[in-house]
Amino acid sequence: MSAAEDLATHAPAVEAVPKRAMTLSTGTTIAILAVLVVVPAFAKNFIIFQLTMLLIYGLAVLALNILTGGSGQFSLGQSAFYAIGAYTSAILMEHYDLNYALTLPVAGVICFAAGFLFGQPALRLSGVYLALATFALATAMPQLLKLGFFEPWTGGVQGLVVTKPDAPFGLPIGQDAWLYYFTLAITVAIYVFSINLLRSRSGRAFMAIRDNEIAASAMGIDVSLYKTLAFGVSAGITGVAGGLGAIAVQFVAPDSYTIQLAISLFLGMVVGGVGWLPGSFIGSAFIIFVPNMAEGISKGLSGAVFGVLLFLVIFLMPHGARQIAIVGQQLIDRIKKS
Amino acid sequence: MHLNYRLRLAAVTAAVVAFTTGAAFAQKKYDTGASDTEIKIGNIIPYSGPASAYGVIGKTEEAYFKKINAEGGINGRKITFISYDDAYSPPKAVEQVRKLVESDEVLVVFNPLGTPSNTAIQKYLNSKKIPQLFVATGATKWNDPKNFPWTIGWQPSYQAESRIYAKYLLKEKPDAKIGLIYQNDDFGKDYLKGLKDGLGPKAASMIVAEESYETSEPSIDGHIVKLKASGADVFYSITTPKFAAQAIKKVAELDWHPLQIVVNVSASVGGVIKPAGYENSQGILSAHYAKDGSDPQWDNDPGMKKFVEFLKQYYPDGNKIDGSVVYGYGAAQTLVKVLQMCGDDLTRANVMKQAASLKDFTTDTLLPGVTINTSATDFAPIEQLQMMRFKGEQWQLFGDIISGELPD
Repeated sequence: MSAAEDLATHAPAVEAVPKRAMTLSTGTTIAILAVLVVVPAFAKNFIIFQLTMLLIYGLAVLALNILTGGSGQFSLGQSAFYAIGAYTSAILMEHYDLNYALTLPVAGVICFAAGFLFGQPALRLSGVYLALATFALATAMPQLLKLGFFEPWTGGVQGLVVTKPDAPFGLPIGQDAWLYYFTLAITVAIYVFSINLLRSRSGRAFMAIRDNEIAASAMGIDVSLYKTLAFGVSAGITGVAGGLGAIAVQFVAPDSYTIQLAISLFLGMVVGGVGWLPGSFIGSAFIIFVPNMAEGISKGLSGAVFGVLLFLVIFLMPHGARQIAIVGQQLIDRIKKS
Repeated sequence: MHLNYRLRLAAVTAAVVAFTTGAAFAQKKYDTGASDTEIKIGNIIPYSGPASAYGVIGKTEEAYFKKINAEGGINGRKITFISYDDAYSPPKAVEQVRKLVESDEVLVVFNPLGTPSNTAIQKYLNSKKIPQLFVATGATKWNDPKNFPWTIGWQPSYQAESRIYAKYLLKEKPDAKIGLIYQNDDFGKDYLKGLKDGLGPKAASMIVAEESYETSEPSIDGHIVKLKASGADVFYSITTPKFAAQAIKKVAELDWHPLQIVVNVSASVGGVIKPAGYENSQGILSAHYAKDGSDPQWDNDPGMKKFVEFLKQYYPDGNKIDGSVVYGYGAAQTLVKVLQMCGDDLTRANVMKQAASLKDFTTDTLLPGVTINTSATDFAPIEQLQMMRFKGEQWQLFGDIISGELPD
């Protein structure tokens, strides 16, 4: 065994998270959901829009969390799948007049296929090398979208403007509120699906591969199938998020899906806690609100302030938001006991 | 009936009071974002990210409004300038603009920068009937009052500038064989279209070679070699600064001596000419609409003196030779003019109406003779440029102010 392999097997890059620890308790989940349902009644449209974006980025972070936290594979290429999803929705809506809700499954399926196919060559790579390969995908995507060949569909550098849907059945709520509830419903569905996936046979296979690939294959797990499957599922969810993002922002352009986005999503995952699914949404809140806060502190040095804040978070809570949740849980337990 | 009389008196008094105050209000009309004491102006600009060099535009504008406020504001109202970072990312631009409109409740969104960001927010602002004033991009599509009556440009469009070169070539070198290179995006294609429109029927015969490049290419040398081989005697370089410098260098290396035209975007002495070498850049042509802060011929110009004075007092970090600082100053001055014209009718509709009624207005930083003109059907404020030739270590303006306006 070479030194590098030795290192790789003995110090897994992704910490083993037991599947029980991947979710919140039912009571907490329902309470949070109730808050999310009620909020639009009291919030301005702008806040609703921000919450919608929070859910959408949260979905994309969740997808990455399944890949990294679940199956132990890194990806810096999520922005590429997000872009494919966004463009699929936008093109279907604007060129083929398809209903926005119907474009999302299509985006999901196309991205699933793209992710599954990308997973094939990615099988040969692991750890930082895989991260680098996916990084290449993310840097290539904005340029591919600009290609003259695709221009009749993608609109080239100009991008595509997407029409925002109205609330159906004459519901007395605004476009923003409707889109929020629509996104919330999809988010809940995908969240439940993800949790069940990770609790299922496939989920156990993912985690076995994450914890020790050799042991997993010795147990009879088809490692290559499950690795590519994880890529496919992750890309599919990211695609749905991308499609929702396109509808919410009403515009797709190559500049929207740069490597910056992929890094943000990665950041969101780490801040939220790798392998802790609810943390995805906390991570998403971090990548949406903290840059704004940083800008509020200093316009010229917003990047530096953001860096300091990020550093503090990683330094004080190396396991992200999950750590706070665990500490909170312990506190509650102690109070219950005494 | 004593009580009844009193009631009637009260009613009459109330009516009179209501009427008179109502009349007083009628003179002053406000939309969200304006009041007796304040006008809220929103802005987005990349302070971070790949285009953060443009951030100084926002800072210059902020400083300029500080100066206006220090001098008493506009008709007694102070300007509150709220500027957010969009990092040149369209989704971020949408988020920030919505924040400006729905949370900060600004009267107008002024000088948002970048074609992608502006495209992303255009539909939203137009549906909300909020002025998207003087957008900081040279794309031609902002001049579309019929479909987007709430969006108006500011600087000359790329197409207008390109038509000016076409006019020049038709006049000075009607038998030119043009070899051109353009950046393969909306910026490059706009310039290309402008040239072809300007040359008209002669375009097909005059353009002998057309090359395009991607910003991802490390070097465009290969394209220049091809252009030389085509036998062209005019080289039109539709490039962004990095590539423009490469092209000038390569042309000199190849010992090719065509008439060179470099687009205004890449006419910066510091950013393009100096790195390419002064000796390689002699005789290059370009066009400009604003005064160049590094050009000593404006040292005694009253407008530029005011500009330098402003920098000294309100924005000491601002570099007067930075084109973006000159730009921000001019754009801010135009906005102030529009707001002054609005008087006490600070509704969004009136701001748009006044922005579309600028007649022969000029800022301190525009070239003498270049004027800003708009109308209900013309949403392209600056459409004139002057040709310039590089000589020694600076640009020298020559010829008349030329209009790139499309003949109707």
